[in-house]
Amino acid sequence: MIRTHLTALAATTFAGALVLTACGGSSDSGSGSDSGGSSAAGDITCVDGSIKAAGSSAQANAITQWITDYQTACEGATIDYQPVGSGAGVEQFNAAQTSFAGTDSAIKDEDLVAANERCGGGPAINLPMVGGAIAVTYNLEGVDGLVLNPDTLAGIFANTITKWNDPAITALNPDLTLPDATIAQFHRSDSSGTTDNFTKYLAATAPGVWTFEPGKEWVAPGGQGSKGSDQVMASVDTTPNSIGYVELSYVLYAQVAKAAAIDNGGGPVEATSENAANTISGAEVVGEGDNLALAIDYTVSTPGAYPIVLVTYEGVCQTGLPADQNPALVKAFLQFAASDAAQGELIDAGYVPITGDLLTKVRAAVDAMSS
Amino acid sequence: MATTSHEPTTNRADPEGIAAAVRRGDRTFLGLSTSAGLMVLVVMAAIAIFLIWKAIPSIQADSANFFTEGQWLPDSDPPVFGISVLLFGTLWTSIIALIIAVPIGYGIALFIAFYAQRRLASTLAFIVDLLAAVPSIIFGLWGLYNFMPYVVPFSQWLSEYLGFIPIFANSQELWTKSILMAGLVLAIMILPTVSAISREVFVQVPRMHVEAALALGATRWEMIRMAVFPFSRPGMISAAMLGLGRALGETIAVALILSAAFEINWAITEPGGNSFAANIALKWGEAGDVGRSALIASGLVLFFITLIVNMSARWVIARRKEFSGAN
Repeated sequence: MIRTHLTALAATTFAGALVLTACGGSSDSGSGSDSGGSSAAGDITCVDGSIKAAGSSAQANAITQWITDYQTACEGATIDYQPVGSGAGVEQFNAAQTSFAGTDSAIKDEDLVAANERCGGGPAINLPMVGGAIAVTYNLEGVDGLVLNPDTLAGIFANTITKWNDPAITALNPDLTLPDATIAQFHRSDSSGTTDNFTKYLAATAPGVWTFEPGKEWVAPGGQGSKGSDQVMASVDTTPNSIGYVELSYVLYAQVAKAAAIDNGGGPVEATSENAANTISGAEVVGEGDNLALAIDYTVSTPGAYPIVLVTYEGVCQTGLPADQNPALVKAFLQFAASDAAQGELIDAGYVPITGDLLTKVRAAVDAMSS
Repeated sequence: MATTSHEPTTNRADPEGIAAAVRRGDRTFLGLSTSAGLMVLVVMAAIAIFLIWKAIPSIQADSANFFTEGQWLPDSDPPVFGISVLLFGTLWTSIIALIIAVPIGYGIALFIAFYAQRRLASTLAFIVDLLAAVPSIIFGLWGLYNFMPYVVPFSQWLSEYLGFIPIFANSQELWTKSILMAGLVLAIMILPTVSAISREVFVQVPRMHVEAALALGATRWEMIRMAVFPFSRPGMISAAMLGLGRALGETIAVALILSAAFEINWAITEPGGNSFAANIALKWGEAGDVGRSALIASGLVLFFITLIVNMSARWVIARRKEFSGAN
């Protein structure tokens, strides 16, 4: 609580300072900067000035890394991203307080109408930039290479499968010796986008077993709640015969817990950034034109496509961002974000890169932005 | 103070200047202390008004009964939430904490006040006070990762041998993140409060009462029963009540330890339970407009509970005042 308030306070103070710098610095750099600033690193086009952005905390680490890269290459640029949450991020963008918004779900419906208005007719578009994967992590002594399918996963988390040697689990893992032990299931006790995406997956792939509404709150009976992905990971890591779901990067820090492979019908798929990227790049674009809002196919059964994924977007004005909010810098920064170098950095950070045709579409959409 | 302030009025020959100066100082001090006293009331009133004002929208939007509903889904459509589980979990963990901490706290205080040698007593008192200074997040993490492995066998023992008593039964075969676990950590957290206050009360027992009891041939335990307890009973009650106050409002340690289940479960060794403060800490970050208002409404209930606890403590103390000789 106190920390949230302090951060908010710091954010306000810091943002205030940035507004002052923006007034002094960026006024003359708007149009001439494209030619003036030459690129320092391979993919980076330098534009002077400063922008503010806010939104999703899920992509904050990725954006922060990219900002560091960009500002190191371009001394005249200042980008400030505040991880205030998706809802608040879109709200601030629509109120013309920020130059772009980070959001966990694509801006749609009435919010998109407001965003178009805010972009002077726009269009406002969603650009998938940072992907993520949710790993199912388990702690079973002497067991490696556990495979689960949607029905068993939903059964475990809906508390209808309570023993590790349940026939449904052993049928999927004929080579493993599973103990006759109660499954200690851990979920998030706080409201969380991870829970939202995980329950969306369960609802889409195992509707007969998972009969609950997907959402940020855990509503299924049974199991134990832990606060935050870090505590879920720690709980699983320290509790024998346990299982839980966390963002992929947390499994990297686990001592004994491992990530289960998921079998959507096309064979078991390991939880890795590369496998998750295959699912995201195969997602259907449901937005119009350059609005790259995606519909993830959770039931994907292509070999090598890990199905429990999420995508976070940047909500931007493709055209019509006022000059004082520095459209040239927004465009240059997003061009860098969509570059191979920037997307490549995501894997080490436990995120999932955008790849293939989808990345080509993202780049085309960014290149079509007015600066 | 009383005599000096009367002097100027009784002695008319006193120069007017000094008398006025004294009066001005008195008046300033009176004003300062009165406003300090009033400030507490103003702050309390401001908190109450803020909580009520912010809570009203969600209580109006609630499609379930605010007092009997157990689920907490204020941001769903329509909003469904209620405090019954939170109320149950808050009281149940706090009562367990009190049952454990109060006897031990009194024991520590009696040992320090009457049994221990002076040097040992002061060291022990210092260490107990130090326990109060440990931040609650430390208690939470320590409880979760260092203490829990020792509590699990104890819980298993309880349910194996005392499982015929429903509150010790465990049908889930899961032992971590239980109400008992939270109660134990809360007990350790309120121990310094209980023991420090009751110690202060014990050492104020008039020396003559103590020595009179001993002179009549009482053993030390009889002396404590005859002279110490009757004198210190109101103080001991307020020590327990202040401990209860801390246990009711404890946030982060409980949020880390409890499993945050939205069901009423009396079984103290099974995972489960929730509390007002922990729920606020867990849900605030991602809550929407109704969600935040609903959390404030639950905070309002906690505010009134602590108010009632403190007022009943006052009432108990006031009722027993005449017998005790304290106050």
